[in-house]
Amino acid sequence: MKKPPATTPVTRRGLARFKGEKASELVPQARLSGPMPWVIAIMIALTVIAAGGGLALNNLAGAARAELAGGATVQIMEADPSERARQAAATVDVLVDIDGVASVRLVPEEELDALLEPWLGVGADNEAVPVPALIDVRMSGPVTEERLDRLKVVLADAAPAARIDAQASWLGPVFEAITSLQWLAIGLVVLLALTSAAAVWLAARSALGSNSETIEIVHLLGGTDSQIARIFQRSIAVDAAVGGAVGLALGLAAIMVMGDRFAALGSGMVAGGGLGWIDWVLIVAIPLVGVLLAMLTARITVLAALRRML
Amino acid sequence: MSGAEGDVVQFDNVGLRYGSGKEVLSDVSFTLYPGSFYFLTGASGAGKTSLLKMLYLAQRPSRGMIRMFGTEIITMPRTRLPGFRRRLGVVFQDFRLVEHLSAFDNVALPLRVSGVPEADLRKPVADMLDWVGLTHRADARPATLSGGEQQRVAIARAVIGRPELLVADEPTGNVDPDMALKLLRLFESLNRLGTTVVVATHDVHLLKKVPDSMIMRLDKGRLSDPTGMLRYPPGRGSVGRRPT
Repeated sequence: MKKPPATTPVTRRGLARFKGEKASELVPQARLSGPMPWVIAIMIALTVIAAGGGLALNNLAGAARAELAGGATVQIMEADPSERARQAAATVDVLVDIDGVASVRLVPEEELDALLEPWLGVGADNEAVPVPALIDVRMSGPVTEERLDRLKVVLADAAPAARIDAQASWLGPVFEAITSLQWLAIGLVVLLALTSAAAVWLAARSALGSNSETIEIVHLLGGTDSQIARIFQRSIAVDAAVGGAVGLALGLAAIMVMGDRFAALGSGMVAGGGLGWIDWVLIVAIPLVGVLLAMLTARITVLAALRRML
Repeated sequence: MSGAEGDVVQFDNVGLRYGSGKEVLSDVSFTLYPGSFYFLTGASGAGKTSLLKMLYLAQRPSRGMIRMFGTEIITMPRTRLPGFRRRLGVVFQDFRLVEHLSAFDNVALPLRVSGVPEADLRKPVADMLDWVGLTHRADARPATLSGGEQQRVAIARAVIGRPELLVADEPTGNVDPDMALKLLRLFESLNRLGTTVVVATHDVHLLKKVPDSMIMRLDKGRLSDPTGMLRYPPGRGSVGRRPT
């Protein structure tokens, strides 16, 4: 028998790290042929869609609130057209001199006719169906009940037929519905994140179970808990990254399609629901958070299992 | 029982029970000296594998004291154990090769775990495969290797890091007598380089093949040491073969 080859005792090298490609080869990779990336892809896609919807609703509500917060509408409810016109003109004259009123605009009759055309038809007789004069008032700052009451007092003499409403109050129920939808979207994102974490947890445990023999061998060869956990973290991170990229692409495609559909409605209110760059950053961050969550879950799972060994 | 800093392993009144069952090992006491060659024998179920598990740090005893390389390891924190495991080489009874890795990668595993750069491990691994006569099977997966070839890969993996203590559990159990003798010669040549070797076997014919070896006999969980040689060797350090 020939002499064994001279090798250096590994202990002289200390507890160095086991990393890189060769370390990752210890865990066979199923990649897209395995269920893990697809489960994560579906979860990320649903989370992206829910987050996109929630952010769009948030923007929509924010834009509408900002637009309507400082708005008030004065209606001159007078049947006599000439008196109505006089009171409308007097109202404009009074309002422009009041502190805190940014702009006053008497809505032209043609614009009113166009607004009412769907209900009254073309060339409706304004004598038969008296339409109030409308004055759009923009105030600096929100229109509070106190400010409205002050305007009513000021207009009482010049325009006794005037009725003043804050524009935001008309859309109160709509805002409440939007807020409910926002909470629903937040709830969905949280539920999907929890479900994703559970799926990753199960996948990590499954991978740990099917590779328990390898783990034990590396453990007995002197592999540290961190080394072994890192191998699994890397494996799960790659699966999660692949799944996250696919899920993000699917989610973004869905958001784009829905965005086009809503844009085609041409509604001023819906136009406020567009996504800003911060929203896009948040949406793109979802798969990154997913990868981090997957890595953390894998690490905790593997370390917990290793701690049961000596 | 007192141990010395230079002792490889010292067991003192070690007992082991699994769960709430009865003890599978009782009052086991012995010392392994550097460069010695030991056979661990006993009938099936005598506790050989359990004793080896404690030797290669896969199992804590239920009682007693174990010192390894001069350090008491029972109360040692888990985080320090990998450093001790890297000073050991283990040949498992069922080889325990990583199925999806080639013979080369299996042998390289202890070096990679220790962080040896790829460029530095190619030659030693190739040399080790040559030593066990498997250069031509370097790329083969374990499933395509014969029992004897798998055994030799397992041995190469166990000794690639030049361990201070080599533990082999029935390493000749799955091979023919010729191969068994060859494997024993591999252990002997490693022992001559200073590695303490413990070979568990129930093959009594093997015991005569290594003249200077010491025999540890387990019987129903108790270590038979009628002459006290294992606990109190005459002229301490003269028992067993010293490194040359």
